Amino acid sequence: MSATLAPTPQISPMPSDTASGLELISPDRTNSSAPQWFFERSANAWGEFQKLPVPSIKDESWRYSNAKRISLNSIHPAEAANEHLEAAAVAASEGLATAGARFVFVNDRLVVSETQGLPEGVVCLPLEEALQSHSALLEEHFMKRESFLGSAKFASLHLAHVKAGVVVFVPAQMEIENPIEVFHWIKGANAAIFPHTLVITGDHAKVSVVDHYRSDDGVVGLSCAVSDVIAGNGSSITYVACQELGNEGQALHLSSTTAQKDSLVKSFQAQLGAGFSRTESVSNLVGAGSRSDMLSVSMPIADQVVDQRTLQRHLAPHTFSDLLYKNALYDRSRAIFSGLIHVFEGAHYTDAYQTCRNLLNSEEAEASSMPGLEINADQVKCSHGSASSPVSEEELFYLKARGIPDAEARRLIVLGFLKNALGRLENEVVEAMIIARMEEKFARIAVQAAV
Amino acid sequence: MSLKITNLHAGLPDREILKGLNLEVKPGEVHAIMGPNGSGKSTLSKVMAGHDDYAVTSGEVMLDDINLLELSVDARARAGLFLAFQYPHEIPGVSNANFLRAAKKARLPEGEEIDAIKFYKEMYARMDALEMDRSFTSRSVNEGFSGGEKKRNEILQLMMLEPKYAVLDETDSGLDIDALKIVARGVNAMRSPDRGFLLITHYQRLLDYIQPDFVHVLMDGKIVHSGGRELALELEAKGYDWLKEEELATA
Repeated sequence: MSATLAPTPQISPMPSDTASGLELISPDRTNSSAPQWFFERSANAWGEFQKLPVPSIKDESWRYSNAKRISLNSIHPAEAANEHLEAAAVAASEGLATAGARFVFVNDRLVVSETQGLPEGVVCLPLEEALQSHSALLEEHFMKRESFLGSAKFASLHLAHVKAGVVVFVPAQMEIENPIEVFHWIKGANAAIFPHTLVITGDHAKVSVVDHYRSDDGVVGLSCAVSDVIAGNGSSITYVACQELGNEGQALHLSSTTAQKDSLVKSFQAQLGAGFSRTESVSNLVGAGSRSDMLSVSMPIADQVVDQRTLQRHLAPHTFSDLLYKNALYDRSRAIFSGLIHVFEGAHYTDAYQTCRNLLNSEEAEASSMPGLEINADQVKCSHGSASSPVSEEELFYLKARGIPDAEARRLIVLGFLKNALGRLENEVVEAMIIARMEEKFARIAVQAAV
Repeated sequence: MSLKITNLHAGLPDREILKGLNLEVKPGEVHAIMGPNGSGKSTLSKVMAGHDDYAVTSGEVMLDDINLLELSVDARARAGLFLAFQYPHEIPGVSNANFLRAAKKARLPEGEEIDAIKFYKEMYARMDALEMDRSFTSRSVNEGFSGGEKKRNEILQLMMLEPKYAVLDETDSGLDIDALKIVARGVNAMRSPDRGFLLITHYQRLLDYIQPDFVHVLMDGKIVHSGGRELALELEAKGYDWLKEEELATA
């Protein structure tokens, strides 16, 4: 494959006040050595992106939200950050106490790659490298997804621009003890990154992967991420996305899970940053006996908006899915949850559960929930429920009556509220990491309260 | 030095419940307040602790030389007041151990940390005294506890926090005799010349196991009668009506 096969890059128009960013700046793939199929898919996606309208608030899948929060006009694909910024990002990439492999990307450029902790035979490569060395595998699985939840335009944008991320393939029977950890940083103003994660397991393999998305406060930027997880028969995958963009950041995370026969997939969203974040998470239970746990915690503060869309697709009999989303809201923040359980014809003996709980720390915070069910099979057990409630005054009084100050009492209650979603991961190292990230957010809340 | 309540008037926004209550508990003393339902017993404990539902219209509550009514709920507790709740709340997701640590840490100077080994050693010793299983350290505060377990947990907190003055609000309610004995043993172990107790109770039974130095009768928001331990037995035998009549006669 050579660069000459790439579509001729369009020349970016001169910046204008109205549209000088992603709406017009086409992907630059002149230096890429990716295979032909990739160029074709990417170029098609760019065409699709330009054809598709920005989702309207009138679209059911954007109800209560606003795609206009994702401003593309002022944002351009991230350029390489200088050494100083890269070093700062690497220094601030604290996460798991023990990782099997570790990558740091800054502005979609690979800066750190440590894979010596992995056993031989496992594929764990930066996307650019994997496109060359495992072209056939990627051609089969890369972005072979449908956008069910409203962000087809942004999925196209991702595919058009994507160059960073990690591809993991764990061959049959192989179990990887320590998680693979990937950091994606946005550095510099008005930059967009397009992180990609693809995790594939062979039969009875086991792996966990953690993605971090980060940027500094005060910097406008967009992370438009896609993560696809494909679990082979009897295999087990834990996937964690931990989003901590600065307050001016916009975060999109489009993920899909495909669970084959008797596989077990746990996915966890920790949405802790960004002025606007939207997650679209789809679980495809395609094999009998498969199970998907969809978990999430968020702690929006100030005017942050957390927009969550989920879909549990039961396509085979004897499948199980259990979703638990927990949001602790502060200040004037908003959380939107919309989830659908869809049991297809023939997917008998399905168990599907969906719960969204919101804990309100402020009278001005607002949570909207839209649970849904569509059942076309027999012998199905399904339940869905959502509830919002303020922090209990009686619980607060009890803690304070033991001498615990108000802020600390609230921290304990919120942490307790969020913890049961965390406990479902059953992975101490990952849980400890997420709690540490949540403590960072609590520290911000305390600083804000003190001002 | 004492926990001193002077002419306390307090209640709900639309209803006065405490109508000029006076009481002084000195370190080393155990006082019991008894009274019929609706006399204001539980209101007194909540007003002292600083519950928002109640407003104080006049009067004073002094803990040694600290005016408690000027302090927030948590500051009152740190000043040395402990309230054992009649209905302890459940706090989902917060483990008993973390809760106690947070309460202990709140009493340390800023930036100082709890010595974890010492903390667990102390907690286990206290739990053993209360015949509490070690599993209670990792369980969420009061969640799924039986009535008796909740009350034992209150006494565990009392033992760990070592307040200057402890108010026990109907600690005997919902306890079978074995649990009552254990709870009483815990309280008795905490009796000391430096610590005062105020037991609020409906029944004389508790006072068989925690023997008070003074017994007061609370009726319609005021202490109407005070005496020694024998008063509790008299109330058990005669009820409260004779005091009502007595009060009417003196009015």
